Amino acid sequence: MTSESLRDTYGEELKRLGSIHKDIVVLDADLSSSTKTASFGKEFPDRFFNMGISEQSMVSAAAGLALSGKKVFASTFAVFLMRTYEQLRQSVCYNNVSANFVVTHAGITVGEDGATHQIVEDVGIMAGLPNMKVTVPVDSIETRSVIDYLVEKGTGPNYVRLSREKFPVLNEPDYQFRPGRSVTFLDGSDITIIGMGVMVSFALKAAEILRGRGISAKVINMSSIKPIDRTAILKSARETGKIVTVEEHSIYNGLGSRVAEIVSEEYPVKVARLGMNDSFGKSGKSWELFEYFHMGVDDIVKTAETCFREEPKYENIS
Amino acid sequence: MEQISVSDLKGISAQIRKRVIEMVYSAKSGHPGGSLSITDILTVLYFREMNIDPLKPDDPDRDRLVLSKGHASPGLYATLAIRGFFPEEYLSGFRKISSKLEGHVHRGVPGVEASTGSLGQGIGIAVGMALAGKLDRKSYHVYAIIGDGELQEGSVWESFMAGYKYTLDNMTVILDRNRVQLDGFTKDIMPQNNIREMVSSFGWEVFEIDGHNYDEIIEAIEKAKNFRGKPTFILANTIKGKGVSYMENNPKYHGSPPASDEEYERALRELSGDVP
Repeated sequence: MTSESLRDTYGEELKRLGSIHKDIVVLDADLSSSTKTASFGKEFPDRFFNMGISEQSMVSAAAGLALSGKKVFASTFAVFLMRTYEQLRQSVCYNNVSANFVVTHAGITVGEDGATHQIVEDVGIMAGLPNMKVTVPVDSIETRSVIDYLVEKGTGPNYVRLSREKFPVLNEPDYQFRPGRSVTFLDGSDITIIGMGVMVSFALKAAEILRGRGISAKVINMSSIKPIDRTAILKSARETGKIVTVEEHSIYNGLGSRVAEIVSEEYPVKVARLGMNDSFGKSGKSWELFEYFHMGVDDIVKTAETCFREEPKYENIS
Repeated sequence: MEQISVSDLKGISAQIRKRVIEMVYSAKSGHPGGSLSITDILTVLYFREMNIDPLKPDDPDRDRLVLSKGHASPGLYATLAIRGFFPEEYLSGFRKISSKLEGHVHRGVPGVEASTGSLGQGIGIAVGMALAGKLDRKSYHVYAIIGDGELQEGSVWESFMAGYKYTLDNMTVILDRNRVQLDGFTKDIMPQNNIREMVSSFGWEVFEIDGHNYDEIIEAIEKAKNFRGKPTFILANTIKGKGVSYMENNPKYHGSPPASDEEYERALRELSGDVP
């Protein structure tokens, strides 16, 4: 499996679209060479605003630009956007402006920089905001498609979560992102693994191992966290009975919570959540950290197998 | 509109102040003090200096005003209604469930450019509007009214830096320097040594005026909107609760309506110039 950088893709796509759409403006907060908005800035200096290490004014100015008819993209590291929660809430979401916050360096795949920079709470924080839509692209192809979608058809505020690390390419080249639509990468009948971000690629590896042990696992990429693909979640609950969620994020208020909410409302089945368990990250190599926090391929296999072999505890599972 | 006289402006501001008192008394809540302190400034802007048309609230060339101190909503709503953006009778719905007149400034109300309420954000939104104006080579001017308590928000100073960096001479920040905030006097809560020098050192051109003197307000706004090469800042010394004797300089009326029918009637009598 080849891996590609999501943030490089973001920067390239933004630059490409910038020459077509003259109303695109981009803001950054002194991280443009890392978020990759710098290439847009170099090409279109008049439409690029480096606001300095001043995230609060960046977010309110993004709202003002959007209120003036601009297609706005604002970027920084995911963790630093969180300090502007209230600007996002009032300047952006309450005004319901079309502004896109594409953040990079989310999750533990920040690696060596450690816990201070590894935000694992952001998806929950953002999804709680009225009007805000939340997307976690799984690979470079989906990243490109999400950015295209936002420029062509995007409305209201959007949060797009990208990584520092390169991630395996999982989608077909002609894949097209649609909000609220998930993609089933692998069909299966015994259990469903619903993933967000890079852990979808782990889930696919886990499914292979599980197949060797006689367990047929379905794997879904749930990149659109809000709106979420309720239909696909409930279909999996009905067809496979049990669900495992995997996310490079806290199990509180992230993908696992959303899935558990939905099945408990309409079709309660066992949901096992794998992710960060009320904990900060730590320094280390990105891929070592998944083992350290019990979120690696083997952990997914173990969780899925245990879950599968458990007696059903719910009445509607026959 | 350009030629409206100072005495006519004073008549309008008295009407606005009365509507403010009626609104907060009817709602049994709201912020009269900081509405009354900016009434004269709002009157000059909306009835004389700003290029606006109530019949074309979305005109791309209009001047913009963001009320960053969004709690002064009664002052802005009353001004917009009297200016003709919406019927004055809507004002009685202020803070009530059937109305669009949210407790803090709300963009759903005709003439309101941006919803505000949490301090330190409206000035940043105005920066974005001014950036867009420059980019589109528009000649509109952007105003932001901020409070002196609001200057305690760090985000305000972030916006001052951005205004300087991008030479936003199409933007004017007006400071309602009424020296009172919710918990007391600004000098006690969190004093700021020398606002004039602080803002000036951030690269803004500063004009200091009496925010209740119409000649000074008019002159400062005209200088500010024609100034080139730097963003402009009008330090308007004002009186919190201006026009209602028992509210003036009294922190209690930052966020409380008249406490009784007697207080309510006294406020309206004073604002009508009908006081012994």
